[in-house]
Amino acid sequence: MLVSLKWLEKHLDTTASVSEIVERLTMIGLEVEEVKDPSADLAPFIIGEIKTVIQHPNADRLKVLTVWTGTETLQIVCGAPNVRVGLKSILARPGDIIPKLGTKLEKGVIRGVESQGMMCAEDELNLGEDHTGIIELETELPAGTPITDVIKTDVILDVNVTPNRPDCLGIRGIARDLAATGIGTFIPEKREKLTDAFPSPIHVSITDKACHHFVGRYIRGVKNGESPTWLKELLLSVGLRPISALVDITNYLSIGACRPLHVFDADKIVGNLVIRSAQNGEKMMALDDKEYTLSEGMTVIADDNGVQSIAGVMGGTATAVTAETTCIFLESAFFTPESIARTGRLLNLVSDARTRFEHGVDPASCRSGNDLATQLILELCGGEASAPVEAGSAPTTQPEITFDFGLVEKICALSIPREEMVSILQALGFEVDHQRIRVPSWRVHDIKQPIDLVEEIVRIHGLNNLPEMKMRSETLPTGMLLPHQKRESIVRRTLAARGLNQAITWSFMDSRLAQYFGSKNVRIANPISSDLDEMRPSLIPNLLSAVKRNQDYGIKDVQLFEVGPEFYSAIPGEQRMVAAGVRAGSWTLRHFAEATRPVDVFDAKADAWDALCSMNAPQNLQVFRNAPSWYHPGRSGSFQLGKNIVAVFGEIHPSILKVYDIKTPVVAFEVYMDALPLPKPKGKTIKPLKLSNLTPLTRDFAFVMDKSVDAAKVIASIQNVNRDLISHVSVFDVYEGEHLPEGKKQLAFQVVIQPVDKTLTDKEIEILSTQIINLVSRNTGATLRS
Amino acid sequence: MEEQIQTLKPQVLTAIQTAKTLAEIEEVRVQALGKNGTITGLMKELGNMEPDKRKAAGQILNVFKTEVLTEIEAKKKALETAELNARLAMESIDVTLPSRPETTAGRVHPISQVMEEMLTIFGQMGFEMAEGPDIEDDWHNFEALNIPADHPARQMQATFFMEGDQKSLLRTQTSGVQIRTMETKKPPIRIVAPGRTYRKDYDATHTPMFHQIEGLVIDKTTTLAHLKGTLMEFMKLFFETDDIQLRFRPSFFPFTEPSYEADVGGALARNIGKEWIELLGCGMVHPNVLKNCGLNPDEYQGYAFGCGIDRFAMLKYGIPDLRGFFEADMRWIKHFGFLPTDVPTITNGLSMNGGNKKC
Repeated sequence: MLVSLKWLEKHLDTTASVSEIVERLTMIGLEVEEVKDPSADLAPFIIGEIKTVIQHPNADRLKVLTVWTGTETLQIVCGAPNVRVGLKSILARPGDIIPKLGTKLEKGVIRGVESQGMMCAEDELNLGEDHTGIIELETELPAGTPITDVIKTDVILDVNVTPNRPDCLGIRGIARDLAATGIGTFIPEKREKLTDAFPSPIHVSITDKACHHFVGRYIRGVKNGESPTWLKELLLSVGLRPISALVDITNYLSIGACRPLHVFDADKIVGNLVIRSAQNGEKMMALDDKEYTLSEGMTVIADDNGVQSIAGVMGGTATAVTAETTCIFLESAFFTPESIARTGRLLNLVSDARTRFEHGVDPASCRSGNDLATQLILELCGGEASAPVEAGSAPTTQPEITFDFGLVEKICALSIPREEMVSILQALGFEVDHQRIRVPSWRVHDIKQPIDLVEEIVRIHGLNNLPEMKMRSETLPTGMLLPHQKRESIVRRTLAARGLNQAITWSFMDSRLAQYFGSKNVRIANPISSDLDEMRPSLIPNLLSAVKRNQDYGIKDVQLFEVGPEFYSAIPGEQRMVAAGVRAGSWTLRHFAEATRPVDVFDAKADAWDALCSMNAPQNLQVFRNAPSWYHPGRSGSFQLGKNIVAVFGEIHPSILKVYDIKTPVVAFEVYMDALPLPKPKGKTIKPLKLSNLTPLTRDFAFVMDKSVDAAKVIASIQNVNRDLISHVSVFDVYEGEHLPEGKKQLAFQVVIQPVDKTLTDKEIEILSTQIINLVSRNTGATLRS
Repeated sequence: MEEQIQTLKPQVLTAIQTAKTLAEIEEVRVQALGKNGTITGLMKELGNMEPDKRKAAGQILNVFKTEVLTEIEAKKKALETAELNARLAMESIDVTLPSRPETTAGRVHPISQVMEEMLTIFGQMGFEMAEGPDIEDDWHNFEALNIPADHPARQMQATFFMEGDQKSLLRTQTSGVQIRTMETKKPPIRIVAPGRTYRKDYDATHTPMFHQIEGLVIDKTTTLAHLKGTLMEFMKLFFETDDIQLRFRPSFFPFTEPSYEADVGGALARNIGKEWIELLGCGMVHPNVLKNCGLNPDEYQGYAFGCGIDRFAMLKYGIPDLRGFFEADMRWIKHFGFLPTDVPTITNGLSMNGGNKKC
């Protein structure tokens, strides 16, 4: 809300400086977001008096002036037609910054004649739009006087009015709050007694309960010309374009007193006015030159011809006032905030009136507002006014709150003398009768219960004396996080320690891409853009976009992970926590000592496994060769706990990479954190360490088997031979190709045997080896390589 | 005998001195002290001498022999050292070459880091952590928070709505967790709830997704002064400075009354050329909210606050703008991210405990 200081001073008698007013407003909850003070820009300029004028020797349209600055005489070349000896105007000297241009004026030579300054036109100083000649000052003040002493510019404050303060959507409301802080005196309204010259030929009636009160007045014999300068200047200062006196007057009261009004051209109204609900499909051409199709439930003002105004939002063109208008009907009404908000939202129509009504105008102000506007119309446009016509009524009594003044200290720990509390409330318009507080009509939308009065008192009193009280728990706090919450932190640090970098990407994504990732069609109805219109069904798609972006920057090797939600329905809570990561390019940079290699599925598998271990995953997880469709079907897998998939990993499917236009293979993993059971709470002791004095020994086995046989199955078979003795099995070679029959592969295993009670004899080792060969053969069909 | 020794001595000693390799010195040793060595020969001759001469000659010969042995050992050591040095010189490599590029540590995103820092502090103050879903219903995001339908306050937050019949939306604030907590837990309540939040804004200072942390305290005695005390202590610990001022500026949030914007002043603000920086919204929980959660406002009272984690991260670590937070640019994450070893604790100081970032 823009507030002009001149306008404010019509309601507040104050000697406070701009900065004092700004500070005060900010500290009572009317935050000033910007102060526009043109006088700062005008500070360097002074009055210059033209002493002589001669024709420029080399240019017909230019004159050469001598100008007295009060201390010296300058020679100035000027093209303005209105220069004359004795004229006082505004002088810019070299070094001054011209407000319109934002640049420094410099000495110049114009057509061979030196010019030592510039006489200014209105537009150059942002004082108006005129550029037909230099400004003519009518002043007794001598040359050299700063022009800020001559021209009093207005200061404009941009005040952030919170939704609970509709009264401050009128400058008068802001003035009242300021007065309550003691910074000035609130100026009472001047209402003159109006003469009811004749009965209104137009009558009004209400059939819609969204309208509580309607006051109309017929005024005849008006002349709708331009508004006087003072009114135009005020409106311009707050960014409103003057239109005509009648319209300007309604705007003046809307901005000045938060009292929206509407003027109809009475000659264009057919019959009487009724405030009713619209019927479905009714149309009206509004003052913004758009046609609106209305629906039931929207409040309208209609005559015999149909809808003439969308009540409280915008009037129609059919009954709009024009320069030819002589008879008007002036509307001043109260509509409920809910109905106006709803109508405005459905029509997507924003107006000053809507803003005020939906926040809540003073329901008792219909009559006074109408009177004030009538008074101004008669004054500025002439004519005579009818007796007012009314439908509905203003509220007869104001709401009352029983208030325990002790509540202020109970809630805020702030001790304020009761007299001060009472006088604050009174200054804000409350009537205080012991514990009974009567709420002023302009605050009824906001002040409803005792706590609201606490806020008012504390707001005006200020919080300078508010103590700082510490909160301590009686016992030393222990871990604040629940086990599943702790996991997020641990998994983040584990994956970062593995060289992955944590990204945070949008929870939403492009629905066209989501289809490749098992989309559940969890769509946003009003997305910020069409490529962010679906809640992600997986973390992988946004990470792949990130891989692409990074590679476009020239970063070939990408290692990213994210810990965040994926969504499977639009029902609250139907989301699950996932730790996911991607790797693209090489495992490491090229190095003289070691060949690098492309990342592969086993990197992703290790990432997933480390993440799982960091979350205390049970060690009996099984790996299967199945993964979602966005993975390479032959190079992907899952970790399962029984039937539950707790993680998936693999190379990203080449056709998905094509969609993303990624040229390098990418491996990825997704760990479904919620699918992992929480570790059972148990003691903190670690199981005892059993160290053997006996030296472990190793034996190597190479088996040939069908390609389809799972290595995991072979390993399990070996371990099952004797879990006490066989402490570790590793695969140190995988071979396919020449020297092997079609469809076969050869795996080489190193088996570590740890004797338990005694050293093993050659015979015993021999027996163990045979058992291994036999069991592997039985379980997998593999044969020992001959 | 003595003469023979006198003749032999310089020959042997010279041979020792001029030997250039371990093999040569071994040869010298064999020539002198081997089975058929010159000195061994003299030893044998001793046996043929008369006893009285033999004793004197034996003594001289032994001295000579010992001298030769000592010389040989010394020469051997010298040669060994020289050979080792030569080998070491041969084996020398350029250690200024870069070490093996085994994976360097990745980074934790500053938002997660700052979230953990905040939780570390609030944990010390006895807060528990609460959670709520990203997709919310109207009740928890608006209605229960004293924001009825058609209330102008709804326009303060541009809301994303979900398609479908559920009337779900993306939470515009973490405040819904207040409601979820009070619906399930009886006071005293002391919780913080961090999480993703969403508003339909996208420009230099807004992203459609951002992070908030919500605080809620409900009991029978907590006042506005406790709110100020808590925030003050939190700011000092979080920003790791005592040069902090806090200013409560009246504002409006439907779910608190009175409501305040908390501005922070001091070093933090001065560093970016300001007197005050708007930091968070807070206030005393509105009686209507308590009622909506089945609590009697005459009995219970308390405060709530909500702040933008992203903004706190920017302020504390001097991250100049929001761009980059959600772009997953590796260069940005490596630069502004934190080492996995950088675990926030109160005892070690909150931040930068993890050592230098290497790249």
